[in-house]
Amino acid sequence: MNRSFSESTARARVTHLLDAQSFLEILGPAERVVSPHLALLGVPSSFDDGVVIGSGTLAGQPVLIASQEGEFMGGGVGEVHGAKLVGLFKRALHLKPAAVIVLAESGGVRLHEANAGLIAVSEVMRALLDARAQSIPVIMLIGGGNGCFGGMGLIARCADHVVMSDIGRLAMSGPEVIESSNGVEEYDSRDRALVWRTTGGKHRYLIGDCDVLVEDDIAAFRHATIPLLGQSVPLSLEAMEAEHALLTDRLIRYGNCRDALDIWQRAGVSDPARVADMEASEMQALKAIQHKEPA
Amino acid sequence: MNWDSLLNELFDPSHRVTRDGDLLSGTAEVNGRTVTVVGTTNHAAIGVELALAQARVVLDTVRKYPGRPIVLLVDTQGQRLRHRDELLGINRYMAHMGCCVELARRQAHRVIGLVYDQALSGGFITSGLIADACYALPEAEIRVMRLPAMARVTKIDEQRLAELSKSNPVFAPGVENYVAMGGIRALWTGNLQAQLLAALDDSPTLDQRAADGAARGGRTLAAQVSARVVNA
Repeated sequence: MNRSFSESTARARVTHLLDAQSFLEILGPAERVVSPHLALLGVPSSFDDGVVIGSGTLAGQPVLIASQEGEFMGGGVGEVHGAKLVGLFKRALHLKPAAVIVLAESGGVRLHEANAGLIAVSEVMRALLDARAQSIPVIMLIGGGNGCFGGMGLIARCADHVVMSDIGRLAMSGPEVIESSNGVEEYDSRDRALVWRTTGGKHRYLIGDCDVLVEDDIAAFRHATIPLLGQSVPLSLEAMEAEHALLTDRLIRYGNCRDALDIWQRAGVSDPARVADMEASEMQALKAIQHKEPA
Repeated sequence: MNWDSLLNELFDPSHRVTRDGDLLSGTAEVNGRTVTVVGTTNHAAIGVELALAQARVVLDTVRKYPGRPIVLLVDTQGQRLRHRDELLGINRYMAHMGCCVELARRQAHRVIGLVYDQALSGGFITSGLIADACYALPEAEIRVMRLPAMARVTKIDEQRLAELSKSNPVFAPGVENYVAMGGIRALWTGNLQAQLLAALDDSPTLDQRAADGAARGGRTLAAQVSARVVNA
């Protein structure tokens, strides 16, 4: 039976992603490790500060896992939330799990504790890269309705692997922020199709920012994650040069495109308008064609 | 301080750092040691091109000059707020810059960040904040958002935020707050070249910011919470 990833809570996503009964939460709600800053502002806090962390197994292999709760402050990273993520990556250095899996759903820095959140995001990034340097793969799963933006969008692209659903969105600035800075003709945040084409899982998959595209189904995320366990991508000079070449090439190919539809067309998708209606499996076939015939 | 005066205070006058648009790059000597300089000026908006150009400088240094220190000069208004940048995946371009700095650190390059004018949100995360340690001039401005905008987003009265920011460094813009929270290691005053030399010798390569924040009383929970997770 299909269990929607996007409609599940952060905790339910973890429970159903991992092997049954295997999840052990660290600093769970009973410990009441809450943000000290929200109370000062008179804003309700959460007993897990919006992120569930712990350990478990996936297909029998030990993993560490974190899951952000988009319903609490949009998954925003504050001091405690960030410190839980940092701690998880540091824990990985000792435990050497088959992966650290992050179910990212966040608007980035939590503005209610802006300065602490900004530093926290940077600390998470460094802790993540420390884990990668020890060849512990970091896998990002993005499929929540709030997307993965701002600082979390940066963190996501520091990981070894990114798995997304069609509903998941990955970008830097939210459309509202861009619209309020540069006008509705720059980016109409209420044009849902435009926002989806620009940030959604299918665009990220076609352009190469996500490695695997799945349906909005926790079991599909689970299936996609299992083959990535233990698959570390080295952060070597060669790897960074290859990334640099890829990003340079992307600018040359698509730098003057005005819309995702133009990019998809230029990438060899014969009928870009149909992409919105395609199933994830159909998208994989499309990507295979693209790889055979570079533009 | 403008970038030109800054370079003359930080480095020997023979420095070969030039400006190309908003990008600053080149090499310079400090007390006989050659360093790579890369950064931005004019409150640069970091778009895909600028992120890529900075990454190129870092990669070239790693490839051609093993071990040469890198000085990141920070003056940014944050990421460029354009639809095109989002379409092209600006977060990946910026993350690439951050990962290049990480690579440099792993290959024994010391990386020092200096906020000499303005540092805002996203543009700061993948520059100064990913250095071994980041410093700032006292007149620099560091923030995520201005208080009026923050009041709008959080729906908390601006007066109230201003009041709270006096006692809690978490909300208010300002370099002192970032020092208290450990995000900035120290403010540089007086002889900048001496400060840079000292930083090149004694900046930590492990992330000590949470511990600094706790010791300085500006960010009391971060170190403690992450330690509890490690030891659970």
